[in-house]
This record gives sequence, structure tokens and C-alpha cells, in this order.
Amino acid sequence: MSRLTDHNVALAREIIVRYPRKKSALIPLLHLSQEQNGYVTDEAMRHLAELLNLTPAEVLGTATFYEMFKFEPVGTYVINVCQTMSCALLGAGKLMHHAEEALGIKAGSTTDDGLFTLEPAECQAACTGAPTLQVNYRHRYNVTTDAFDALIDDLRSGALSSEIPPHGTLGRNRQQIPADKFVGAPDPDDVSEGPAWVPVPSPANATEDKS
Amino acid sequence: MSTAITRDYTPGFYEGDRPKLVTSRFEYEDSYTLERYLSTGGYDGLKKALEMGPEAMSGEVKASTLLGRGGAGFPAGVKWGFTPQGVWPRYLVVNGDESEPGTYKDRLLMERDPHQLIEGCLIACYAAGLSQCFLYVRGEMAVAHERLADALNDGYEAGYIGKNIMGTDFSVDVILHWGAGAYVVGEETALIESLEGERGMPRLKPPYFPAAIGLYGQPTIVNNVETLANLPFIAANGSAAFTAIGTETSPGTRMVAISGHVKRPGVYEIVNGTTTFRDIIYGNEFCQGIRDDNELKAFVPGGGSAPWFVSDQLDIPFEGREASAAGSMLGSGAVMVMDSTTDIPEAALTLTRFYAHESCGKCVPCREGGTWLLRILERICSGHGTDADLDQILEVGQSICPGEMPHAASERIGLDATPFPYKMTTICFVGPSAYAPLHSALTLFRDEFEAKVVPAPKRISIPVAVAGS
Repeated sequence: MSRLTDHNVALAREIIVRYPRKKSALIPLLHLSQEQNGYVTDEAMRHLAELLNLTPAEVLGTATFYEMFKFEPVGTYVINVCQTMSCALLGAGKLMHHAEEALGIKAGSTTDDGLFTLEPAECQAACTGAPTLQVNYRHRYNVTTDAFDALIDDLRSGALSSEIPPHGTLGRNRQQIPADKFVGAPDPDDVSEGPAWVPVPSPANATEDKS
Repeated sequence: MSTAITRDYTPGFYEGDRPKLVTSRFEYEDSYTLERYLSTGGYDGLKKALEMGPEAMSGEVKASTLLGRGGAGFPAGVKWGFTPQGVWPRYLVVNGDESEPGTYKDRLLMERDPHQLIEGCLIACYAAGLSQCFLYVRGEMAVAHERLADALNDGYEAGYIGKNIMGTDFSVDVILHWGAGAYVVGEETALIESLEGERGMPRLKPPYFPAAIGLYGQPTIVNNVETLANLPFIAANGSAAFTAIGTETSPGTRMVAISGHVKRPGVYEIVNGTTTFRDIIYGNEFCQGIRDDNELKAFVPGGGSAPWFVSDQLDIPFEGREASAAGSMLGSGAVMVMDSTTDIPEAALTLTRFYAHESCGKCVPCREGGTWLLRILERICSGHGTDADLDQILEVGQSICPGEMPHAASERIGLDATPFPYKMTTICFVGPSAYAPLHSALTLFRDEFEAKVVPAPKRISIPVAVAGS
């Protein structure tokens, strides 16, 4: 089951042709597999290796470098509480402590009902709204302990399900390139004379550029 | 209280009549739509560029002396000129992997005005003769990804991207690419590695610029989001209009994110080179002072990697050279303010933890040194440190950054500044970044560190009874 579905294989092929070399599509495809299964399974990695002409070890090698890929099941909602400077100055430690108590789990673990995973995170690029957290990579700003409790209630009741998709789905939309508008990925080995719109440099221009 | 709000309207975007080159549309709720973009002068720059021709356009960028906004501050036009003659295909990689602590201008530019960035990419591709563009967006920025995907889809539909752009020969694809959570990928060669589907580790240098050998070994331009977002303005209004703002060495505007203990934190577009830190932190247009009217203790002038400044440096303008001379850097344009209640060693710990966590593990001084510094600092902050630990920090730091370290001047302790930059034993700046802020904190506030440690136990001699004595 954890191989990519036919629908996702078709999507994967669409993504692969956008890159001059297949391996470049690996990270987008790992996201795709994580979207399908909630985490990156061994079987999915083998399947990606087949699709990209890689060995499963190469896929694993790349995947394990990146923090967003999970290799075991995580909660439907992954809550990342920022711990870096601006948030720490404004009470991230207190927020994390409260989150652990409210959810009844230590940071880095998942609730028994499989709904929440709590993680400490590094800077989330939202320092003005410190302390911040992300739920499945969607920001929440100026999170007080009350706001955290309200957020958990909303997530439990499903009030936010239209805004926050389950873990793995990063974008609710995708880039779609119409076939008639797609230029095509230029092969790096195909050393050409340059794009049509670039005038061939005359020797005079070449010396000018160097100055 | 409803929690269903994802927009962050930080105050200050709209107020004041400062020139706004890249945030001009932020005041509109629908600033990210194609309709709004077109009705506010969108894609005019691209049109002008297409009329001008690639050489004239790249000449304009060179004349504008637009400095890279990613951290190094290298002139974009000069960078483009490093591509070797006659070698194609060439690629454009947009560095949207912003994750420097304190910084979030790029995320807002992508979320609030994606078309401006796309137009900037197209102008860069046209002017520098690049065959394909990859928009590498940090994985944790889901909203930015959604907005960019919609913007790209609309752009393709309307004929601004793809084959025969605006009916000309100019044809280029813009591909949206996702990161997956790694700070080091913000380094341009690591970004390229990651885009090739590898582990995101920086490449050995030289070559120093991927403009010569980059993505798939081909000439590659890597530009920051904010840098590219400036291009539509330059194309539409000419380089003279751009250089008229700011100073000669730092033209244009900059987006600066100010966070921490200020009354009104936010991301503000400021005039480059003339606005001082005092203006930013205390100015009525900007942050309006420190919370509870406390005293300023220290501030980070340019993202988590930068050595800290204290109140002595408040009157320095936001200008690269002046900041270097004073012992720090402007980096990615993020100011983090600490008031008098701040525990300096604890604050330094959050940054050291960040860089120790984000080390990719390629260079030993960073991999081992960063973690070592973190362990020492954790020990000090939890009350188990000794005064020997303070010297140990400096010793470990010397193996990451040998020689003199930059730091700010401080009248309080009678210290003169050591100018930026430092030397380094690592390929990229992650390793030194674990040490530079800690070093400046330890230099400027040694008393606070000393208050947390106990004297190291002295070596004691235990006499041995020798037979016959």
C-alpha cells in the first residue's frame, strides 16, 4: 500500500520532466509520498528509487538529511514550537512547557490517539509574532497558553480542517504547467549556443563585459 | 478566541511615507493575486526589459549596484557577469530557503507578492541569458508555496511565463521546488546540491561562485528572493531611480525584520544606508522603543550569525561597511533586541543551539565544535560551569575561527571594536556562526557569564608516605 498510487505516479512523472536530471525531483517526490502515507515508508523509498533510476540507498541518503521527512508514523497534526532566540526571549520555553502538560506528552513524541506530535523547532521565520508555533507548517503567532489550548480544541473538533490539512500535505494546490506553454528542461550536457533571445556576443562586447 | 488566522499583519508596512520598492502592494488584502498585481503596474518592468534587450537590461542592473540581500551583500550585476562566455545552458536558482534566526522578509515577499518575485526571476533570466529558473522555497513555508503555485499557474495561463513570453522569443520555465528543512541549504552551493537531489552540504571551494560551475556543473546564478524582488522596480523605473534612494555604497531600500523586546516588532522597508539602528528601534515610524521602556542591553544587528551590538552602536546607520568597521555585519537584515531583563548567557545559548543543531556535519570544526560549545554553554546556564569553561569556549572557538574575532566597542567595559570579518576553518558560515555571537556576548558581558560559574577546582596534591621517611 505504501507504494505511490497510480494517481501519484502520474503526478510524479509530471514533476520529473520539469528537471534536467531525474534525481532533482527526489525531494518533491519524497514530499509526495509523505503526503500519501503521512510519513516516508521504506516501500515508498524503493518505489521512488525505481521511478528515478536510483538505488534505494541513495534515496534514503538524501531523505535522512532533511528534517521534514518522518520515517515512522507521526500525529495528524505535527506541532512545532519555535525555540530560537526571538521566541525564546518572549516565552517559548514557557509555551513548550505548557504544551507538554496540555498534551500530556514530552516534546518529540506523539499522543496515544495519534492526533498530535509535539516537536521543538528552530527559527520559523515569524519572529515578529513570537512566540510562534506551526501546525503542519502553518503558522500561529503570539501564542499564549490560552491560545494554545484553544488551538488544540479547534484541532480536535475539526474546526480548522479546511485550513490545516493532515501532516504530509504541504500545499493544498500544485504548480501545473500547461503542455503548450512548457519550454522543457534544458539538458546540461547539451552545450548549446544559448537561448534564442540572447544576441551572440561580438568580440567588442566581450571585452566591454570584462571591464 | 478564534485561532483561524494565518495572516500576520505586522504593523508598519503602510505607515510613513518612506519609499517602498518591494512592499508597495503589501497593504492590499489581495496583494498576491494576478489582478491586483496587473492593476498596480505589474509586469511593466518585464515589458520594459523585453523592449530594452538583454544587454541593456543587465547594464541597468549593473548600474544600479543592487547588492545581494541574502547576507553576503555582493552586487548582483557583478555576480551575473561571472558566467563564462558561450557556455549554455545556464540556470537561475532562487534562494527562498530563508531560515536565518530573526529573518523573515523573504517569506513575506513570497506570500504577499509572489508575482513581483516571479517577474524579478523572468527579468534576471532575460538579462543574464538563463535557460531555466528554479524557485527553491523553504519547506516549512507552506503558505508561501501555495501562493507561489497559484501565482505561477496564473502566470503561465496569462502568458507571462513559459513559451514565448508576451509574444516574444523569450521563453523560460519557472519551476517551484520544495526544500525539506535544513538551514545549511541557504548556502548557495548547498542549495545547488539539494536541488540536485543530494544531501544539502556545501561544496568545497573554489570555485567560489556557482556562476562558473553550479547546478549540474553548468553556470548558475543564485540570487536571494529580496534581490530579485527589486528587479521589477529597476526595470520599470531605471537604475537612476533606484540609486536615488539610499547611499552610494548601499542604494535602494532594505527589508529589516525587528523582533525581540520592542514595542512594535515588524518587518519594515527602510531606506538603505541612512537609517540608523536608533531610528529603527526607537523611531516612531518603526519599533517605538523597548517594551516597558526598559533599557537596551544588546541587540543582534544582522541575523543570528552576527556578533552583537550594544547601545554604543545605536547611531550606526544600516550600512554594510559601517557595520563591519564597528565589528559586526548586516547579514540578512534581522535585528533582535534584548532589554535589560535579558539573561545574556541564556540568550546566547538559543543561538548556539540553533547552529549546533543545523550543522550539516561536513566540516569537523563545525560538527564537533558547535556541539562542544553547546555542551559547555548548557553546563554554564544550568549552574554546573566553572571559570575554566569560559576559557574553553574561546579555545574551541579558535579552532573554528582562528585569530582575532570581531566584536563591538563598549564604553561600559572600556573595549575598542575589532572589525569584521573573521577567518574560518570551515567551508561555509554555519560553523563560525555558532561561535561569533557567543564570542561577542562573552566579550561584552563576561561579568554575566562569570556570575554563573564557580571557580574550577584547583589541582590538589595528596602526599604519599614513603618508606623510611
